[in-house]
Amino acid sequence: MADAGDGDAAPVSEPLELVRLSLDEVVFVKLRGDRELKGRLHAYDSHCNLVLGDVEETIYVVEEDDEDDEAVKTIKKQSEMLFVRVGDSVVLISPQAPG
Amino acid sequence: MLFFSFFKTLVDQEVVVELKNDISIKGTLKSVDQYLNIKLDDIGVLEEVRYPHMSSVKNVFIRGSVVRYVHLPAAAVDTALLEDATRREAEQQATKPR
Repeated sequence: MADAGDGDAAPVSEPLELVRLSLDEVVFVKLRGDRELKGRLHAYDSHCNLVLGDVEETIYVVEEDDEDDEAVKTIKKQSEMLFVRVGDSVVLISPQAPG
Repeated sequence: MLFFSFFKTLVDQEVVVELKNDISIKGTLKSVDQYLNIKLDDIGVLEEVRYPHMSSVKNVFIRGSVVRYVHLPAAAVDTALLEDATRREAEQQATKPR
């Protein structure tokens, strides 16, 4: 049985193995409903349920003012430890934050 | 089964469950099952003014599928143990015949 240590050059043969390589790293997660999370990945399963630490959540809200102008407002929330019940709401998990 | 076992270790901890309809419920985690349905005791709704529906409710059963987040106390989570368990689970998934 091969050792599951990080040093092993096990080839990435399945998509979720890319997520495994991000364990204990900061990841960027995009969710449905214009939500994004940035935090340290501590756990995931095959449904893409996640546990993240030191999380910053960003929610994008479109606000319309009186003249029908649309402005995008961002709401930021912090959490020290977060279980994300994604199942149907995860769009992507990326090893690093964009830009 | 990973998160089922994980939540069992968090029984009696104070958590905040955020639902997909934006309501956040704070309470003591009393039990959890394989679907990640959750039972909370001594609950309170955050932003009570906006969501007064449940001000007289003291304990709830929450269907797992309506949960968006569970905010956990970081002190109650052994992150190294959790990461090891995740790697083991990932390996089992990879070697499982299908």
